[in-house]
Amino acid sequence: MTRVLTIAASTALALGLWQALVMLASLPPFILPGPGRVAEALWTSRALIAEHGVITAAEVLIGLALGAVLGGTSAIGLAASPVARRLIRPMMVFSQAIPVFALAPILTLWLGYGLASKIAMALLIIYFPVTSAFFDALMRTPQPLLDLGRVMGANGTRLMWHIRVPAALPGFASGLRLAAVYAPIGAIIGEWVGASKGLGYLMLLANGRAKIDLMFAALIVLALLTLLLHAGVDRGCRRWLDGHSAG
Amino acid sequence: MCAAPALLIDGTARIGTTPLFGPLRLGVAGGRITCLLGPSGVGKTTLLRLVAGLDEVTRFEGRITASDGLPLAGRIALMAQGADLLPWRDVLGNVALGARLRGQPPDLPRARAILDRMGLSEHARKRPHALSGGQRQRVALARTLMEDRPIVLLDEPFSALDAGTRAQMQDLAAEHLTGRTVLMVTHDPGEAARMGHAIHILTATGLETVAPPPAKVPRAVDDPQTLAVQGRLLARLRPAA
Repeated sequence: MTRVLTIAASTALALGLWQALVMLASLPPFILPGPGRVAEALWTSRALIAEHGVITAAEVLIGLALGAVLGGTSAIGLAASPVARRLIRPMMVFSQAIPVFALAPILTLWLGYGLASKIAMALLIIYFPVTSAFFDALMRTPQPLLDLGRVMGANGTRLMWHIRVPAALPGFASGLRLAAVYAPIGAIIGEWVGASKGLGYLMLLANGRAKIDLMFAALIVLALLTLLLHAGVDRGCRRWLDGHSAG
Repeated sequence: MCAAPALLIDGTARIGTTPLFGPLRLGVAGGRITCLLGPSGVGKTTLLRLVAGLDEVTRFEGRITASDGLPLAGRIALMAQGADLLPWRDVLGNVALGARLRGQPPDLPRARAILDRMGLSEHARKRPHALSGGQRQRVALARTLMEDRPIVLLDEPFSALDAGTRAQMQDLAAEHLTGRTVLMVTHDPGEAARMGHAIHILTATGLETVAPPPAKVPRAVDDPQTLAVQGRLLARLRPAA
């Protein structure tokens, strides 16, 4: 209850500051509309925003699911094979030096203006955090557990499945929590570069037509979507890892 | 289980070129409990890990052999400090872990029977975090017994327990490990005096052997001769002023 109150209070404070800024600096609506105008745009354009929101949400969710699967398998593969580590890890680190933003036009060129290029962007942006969080955890299995497994006669594969992977799941979960925040960024970049649907597209469109109130409305919906996704993933991970706490 | 073999550890351990311990010659009598004491950092745990074939850093020049001439691999069970249970498996799953790790179907009735002997039946479905320290240690002992190996290595298994629980665990372990060849590393002179059929102190220069009390293992905590040996061990372990 206190938490709800705190959230309500800090939201009210933010809206108040926003309104005060608009009034004190007497900003015209085409530079920064007040919260009232944005709320109005949110309401009158609700069907339009929902239509585009669903597309962005789909891109993000599919990207996140693919990122979790691909990142998870990559991390296990890297942890299992020293050869893979030596060959592939430098490549992964190098790939991180390339700004994902710069790849967006190429992805659009290759995958078209539809969902695929945005899903690929979301996937690219979350693949590394997911893989590296899980991989690091896989490489830090508590030594006593490894000793125990070896003395009990486990081969590498069974040691991986029964001890290393379950012990590393909290690391995987923190990678997924990060991914939930990054994935929407990937989808939006993809939409900016070339799309005919999605919240990112709607924001560009509204901006181009000087409908700044609609742009802010779409931005707020995007932020809420991200928060919701993060909360959902966090909750899912918690439930999944129930009883995983060491001790 | 056939008669548990004796062990012979004979050689020198080095990390790189730095000698860790030895040359030493440690005989571990078959079917008996041998306690190994010594100051921290002298290499007691390393010695256990070498016997278990786990140490990949230390170089051991010499031999570690069983009296029956058969290889040690697959005949050793290990029980370490702090119980080391898998937090994501329940008690039964932890006790039956070995079979799963070898890709065999676990013998759950036997696991339940062992839990029963440890007084843990009602906790079979609990996760380790829901147990007390003493209960967790009993689960670890149950898991060790489930493995049913002739050679058992104990690495300060009870050091994290309070004094009362520790004494109780010592009784339980001594009772259930009877007939196995046990090598037990400990910091606690009292534990060595209660449990050791043979007692050795590992030092940087080699081994010192201390005669154990005459009473039957596990010796009573207040047995005068056991207390005398405990005192003698403590005196030897104290760093020279």
